[in-house]
Amino acid sequence: MKLTPRRRRRIIRVAGYVVFGLAILAVVAAADWGSLSEAFFRRDIAQGMFPEAITVALRNTIVYTLLAFAFGLTVGLVLALMRLSSILPYRWFATAYIELFRGLPSLLVLFMVGYGVPLAFPDREIPGGVYGSVTIGLGLTAAAYMAETLRAGIQAVPKGQLEAARTLGMSHTRAMVSIVLPQAFRIVIPPLTNEIILLTKDTSLVYVLGVTSSTIELTKFAGDTLNTRVNPTPLVVAGLLYLVITLPLSQVVRALERRAGRER
Amino acid sequence: MSTIEISDLHKSFGKLEVLRGIDLSVEPGEVVCVIGPSGSGKSTLLRCVNLLEEPTSGSIRVAGVEVTDPDCDIDAVRRGIGMVFQQFNLFGHLTVRENVTIAQRRVLKRSRAEAGRIAAENLDRVGLAEKADSYPAQLSGGQQQRVAIARALAMDPQLMLFDEPTSALDPELVGEVLAVMRGLAAEGMTMLVVTHEMAFAREVASRVVFMDDGVIVEQGPPAEVFGSPTEERTREFLHRVLEPARVSESEIGAHLSE
Repeated sequence: MKLTPRRRRRIIRVAGYVVFGLAILAVVAAADWGSLSEAFFRRDIAQGMFPEAITVALRNTIVYTLLAFAFGLTVGLVLALMRLSSILPYRWFATAYIELFRGLPSLLVLFMVGYGVPLAFPDREIPGGVYGSVTIGLGLTAAAYMAETLRAGIQAVPKGQLEAARTLGMSHTRAMVSIVLPQAFRIVIPPLTNEIILLTKDTSLVYVLGVTSSTIELTKFAGDTLNTRVNPTPLVVAGLLYLVITLPLSQVVRALERRAGRER
Repeated sequence: MSTIEISDLHKSFGKLEVLRGIDLSVEPGEVVCVIGPSGSGKSTLLRCVNLLEEPTSGSIRVAGVEVTDPDCDIDAVRRGIGMVFQQFNLFGHLTVRENVTIAQRRVLKRSRAEAGRIAAENLDRVGLAEKADSYPAQLSGGQQQRVAIARALAMDPQLMLFDEPTSALDPELVGEVLAVMRGLAAEGMTMLVVTHEMAFAREVASRVVFMDDGVIVEQGPPAEVFGSPTEERTREFLHRVLEPARVSESEIGAHLSE
């Protein structure tokens, strides 16, 4: 019997599902689930991590993220405006900054802030202690990324918007603040939310600044517990708590993108 | 004192000289329509008046103020000049009312109540009082353009510039915008209008200026420019615009019927 094209497409599709399903089953069956759950899902160890896992570690992870985001957004906005400036030295500075900090690993920048700032300014301390160092250390890198995002957003606002505002007698600054930036921010909310998600994960690096029991965040907390209990269950707990932060944010991005799609 | 006085205006974009010596004055209460082919420099001329384009040389005075003077407070001059764009350029993140009030409040420092009252008056003037709470994206092109006119009028301008205000509109929406503009002209507003709407120019303009290739070729009352143009270039342009179905093959160098 000759296959119709439609029948043939269907057979190929079903065969694809079957191969995919079998491949997953094979991996799952091959794993040693007994020792895995023994190691990673020890209820007593997981329970022993609470409530500190939430009241200290999760809380600090969120605080570090928000501080670095606020710093990065502020500095990023200034850099974006400098990059779009008509003044050449400003453009040079912003471009050099962005290329530098986009090219360096966050961990390296954190180290440099942790060791370099006290050497550079021996008579003064970074305000806020570890919180201040984290804000600067993660924020410097975040600013470079956000500057590029914001610049793209500002450039996506049609030129006629600025012209119309100037025509009404607004100064350049007033037109930017009242007309261009509000529309630019709307455009960049989805990519900025992605930046928060990336920042949330980068807070796992702040242990290099030497955190204490009160400034500890999720990854370091899990690592310490792993060392004392000699069991990897804390890693699962920490992972789930990260998802508690990042999954809702992903949902927000998706909802915003759907809305933006409808408005076009 | 003339509302606009332009003398020997030149404007180049790189090597391309778009305006090649323009002399033009507009008297208070006059409605001057600028017509001409695309690329003739009409829009550039209009945009030089409020310095959206920086002239290369020459002088422009608006109500006696030399706008080409580097020390001129251009923001102050622009407050007195309303401008309407081909693409409307309404502020998309603001409601219609906010579009009409924001410059009143931020630039003229009017109170919220006063700005709101003046916005309502001007929206009523263009027939859109009931759309105050809508966003621009919810309006038709013709309605958006009427809001843009109301936004400019709310600043109490002594001069209105129109840059092809109906060129981006669907044909059935052109009339409502022209009606508003005709009403403004009847109220005595001084207007400089770049347009392709010949019927509007013929009926409403006090003077028609025909531009081609960066110079003013001919100007005069509409009856003269449309009825008995003296320049060959004007005649050819009007023939092509007013009777597009009668442009012959030989005129454009085609040889279809051979």
